[in-house]
Amino acid sequence: MNLMPHVTLPKVGTAEAWREAARACLSARIPPEAITWSRGPGEAVLWAEDEPPPAPKVGAIRVPENFVHLAAQVVWHKDPERFARLYAVLWRLRTESGLMQDPADKDLTALRQMERAVHRDLHKLKAFVRFREIGDRTAPRRRFAAWFEPAHFTLEPAAPFFARRFADMDWLIATPDLVARFEDGVTTFEEGAEKPDLPDDAAEDLWLTYFRNIFNPARVKTARMLAEMPKRYWKNLPETAAIPDLLANAETRVRAMAEAAPTRAPFYAKAIAARPAPPRTPLAAPGLISALKEEEDACTRCPLHAHATQAVPGEGPLDAALMMVGEQPGDQEDLAGRPFVGPAGQLFDQILRDTGIDRSKVFLTNAVKHFKYTIKGVRRIHQSPNGGEISACKWWLQQEVSLVRPKLLVALGASAAESLTGSRDGILKRRGTVESGPDGIPVFLTVHPSFLLRLPDPVAKELETEKFRQDLTAAREHLDKLMAA
Amino acid sequence: MNVMSAPNLQEKLAILSDAARYDASCASSGTSRRDSRDGKGLGSTDGNGICHSFTPDGRCVSLLKILMTNFCIFDCAYCVNRVSSNVQRARFTPEEVVTLTLEFYRRNYIEGLFLSSGIIRSPDDTMRDMVRIVRTLREEHDFRGYIHLKTIPGADPALVAEAGLYADRLSVNIELPTEQSLADFAPEKKPAEIRKHMADIRLGREAASDRSLQGTAAPRFAPAGQSTQMIVGADATNDATILQQSARLYGSYGLKRVYYSAFSPIPDSTAKLPLVTPPLLREHRLYQADWLMRFYEFSPDEIAQDGNLDLQIDPKLAWALRNRQHFPVDVQRAPREMLLRVPGFGTRTVDRVLQTRRHRGLRYDDLLRMGASLKKARPFITLPDWSPGALTDSADLRARFAPEPEQLSLF
Repeated sequence: MNLMPHVTLPKVGTAEAWREAARACLSARIPPEAITWSRGPGEAVLWAEDEPPPAPKVGAIRVPENFVHLAAQVVWHKDPERFARLYAVLWRLRTESGLMQDPADKDLTALRQMERAVHRDLHKLKAFVRFREIGDRTAPRRRFAAWFEPAHFTLEPAAPFFARRFADMDWLIATPDLVARFEDGVTTFEEGAEKPDLPDDAAEDLWLTYFRNIFNPARVKTARMLAEMPKRYWKNLPETAAIPDLLANAETRVRAMAEAAPTRAPFYAKAIAARPAPPRTPLAAPGLISALKEEEDACTRCPLHAHATQAVPGEGPLDAALMMVGEQPGDQEDLAGRPFVGPAGQLFDQILRDTGIDRSKVFLTNAVKHFKYTIKGVRRIHQSPNGGEISACKWWLQQEVSLVRPKLLVALGASAAESLTGSRDGILKRRGTVESGPDGIPVFLTVHPSFLLRLPDPVAKELETEKFRQDLTAAREHLDKLMAA
Repeated sequence: MNVMSAPNLQEKLAILSDAARYDASCASSGTSRRDSRDGKGLGSTDGNGICHSFTPDGRCVSLLKILMTNFCIFDCAYCVNRVSSNVQRARFTPEEVVTLTLEFYRRNYIEGLFLSSGIIRSPDDTMRDMVRIVRTLREEHDFRGYIHLKTIPGADPALVAEAGLYADRLSVNIELPTEQSLADFAPEKKPAEIRKHMADIRLGREAASDRSLQGTAAPRFAPAGQSTQMIVGADATNDATILQQSARLYGSYGLKRVYYSAFSPIPDSTAKLPLVTPPLLREHRLYQADWLMRFYEFSPDEIAQDGNLDLQIDPKLAWALRNRQHFPVDVQRAPREMLLRVPGFGTRTVDRVLQTRRHRGLRYDDLLRMGASLKKARPFITLPDWSPGALTDSADLRARFAPEPEQLSLF
């Protein structure tokens, strides 16, 4: 009778040891049916033969990375067959290169189930370990200990998590299989132990108080609690002692709340109500006409106010000779409360510099003060304002024009043209010309800078940008003439 | 004269966690990775939050969720802490909050702190005190666990900017789905202030993710993002309006989550807002619908076509039943966006289908192994070894899924 090789893996460092042994067996071409595995000498094996496994051979064995990750979890499963199942898939991988890409393979599905079970148990261990303080509270390194009963062999892979989290204290986690000890920054493992007697910890009473009071008796969902915190964990979770009472009294508490008649407000409520409203930080952005900002924020002349963040008022010196009017704030302007700060605004700034116009001397504003948009997925998509919205907001633009009394208005795009001249038609034909606007102030017409951003063809974009530069230069020259007159 | 002894820590904790239980969020995921292996500080985060316990309401206990104080000068009808309520009041000292957080954390009870507060004196004063607590945790105690700070609308943006340096998540509650409801039930809260606050947080996050020309990272700012909470069932707003509001909030402020909180009985309620059984099923359907908007490319108008969600079946199934002209879907050929609309297919199933069908054909059993819920999917798909026949269009299809009508009971 042929002796079946048997691999006994150590209780600590199981993952690396399995990997090494599996490599060795694979390079020796030992088929899965000819080998047995166990973790520690005590774990049940189907064949109790003692043939040692072959010595590892040097040589590159290429294994897909996702198998390595899968194996690194599955080895902690308590199923005695886990090593054999892993090795069987590893064996198949020699010839079936696409195996890991098949989400429906039966052997892999079984391993993935084990992986999930280990993952869940690891998660529960990290969640449900409850430390008690076992040392002097004032010592430079405080000491804590816990007892836990995991469903799989998950203490070793979980230990680094506790080491990362609780590095400034010493701790010990005891399980029936293994004990992890962390002292002065070093983790060591020992054989499993009986449940230790841990001293009472006053913090546990506070924790139970918190647990009792964060529970809402009006929304009992016991099944959900049990799904996430199965009863098998309860005996090591101090807070579960409160659960029976919480459940027993929930209905009475809710009924009492419902039946209680409304009470009179406490004596201090009236005094507080009589106090002047507390100061609130005004919403105004650092624009120069913040007086209008508050009024514009309160505006409900059209429905746009309801969904925008805020009104975006004009910005610039109140004695500006040049006032430029865009269409409406965009996404960034809506957030910041300032005009022309988004992508179109940045392009506009650049072109203003090219044409020798000093932005700080221009009053910049929009025909419509609130951002109009639709939602697509999780983005806001700009929508042009309609005639009604432009006309509702014209009142505000008129306020700004009356305050600033510029020598020249520049209408950027059709919406501004509509607000300032009454017509949005044929803007490409009218660009570069001057028409009469509010209070008889001349209006120079051109396109909106966002028009340039929307051109996909770089050549067309450069051509149009140059035309826009020429328009703005012409507007500046026109202003110079007006100023000289 | 009413003489009361000052409550001790245990009593304060009872009062101020009782008052905090109406905040739905307990998330502690998605923040930057940190640990304390250098042996100096305490705590770690690795991107995935941990639920350390579960209360019998089925909710996860991940954070120490408390109010700094439940004194409040506002009079919001739905709130247990409104000024006109007679609930017992308490206030933690900053040291008490810090100690509770650290001692709970050391015993592995929690992932960190979720600090909220009633408004005392003014939004600025309240916010300043809260920021002091989180600054102490971070700077004096080198606490590296998770912190969620509920910011106070109307507070100085400079305080919000400071809060963002210490907190993993910032949130500001939208409270109710419409401006009118807010005006009716929370007259001191200003929707415009709330939106402005959310905008400031988004801008703070965007500024922090920009790298300077030298390649140095800006100081971190709320790396786990911002969220909000909306109370459902206190006012008469329908689900379509709620979901449209959520879609706008996600789109406008880059929120990580909108939490829906079924209006739940509170002690000492007001005559203005009678207590009802909390609409838990509706809340559940809203979460499902919210999920469909964020991960399945559904728009709010498609999901809540008739104004309100179907309580008996989930919103994806309800959509499929209303739109049977699109089904059955050929699993071997359908594009991703159509596979995502199949009831019983999650995003993971869809990814696995797409991956596998590049290599080989798919069978019914494959889908089972991939984690699809075929009981739901069956009428809506075809495979080489499965055809739903007349099932897709059968008149009683809805009845097969809807539970038997029963009296919905709270217990």
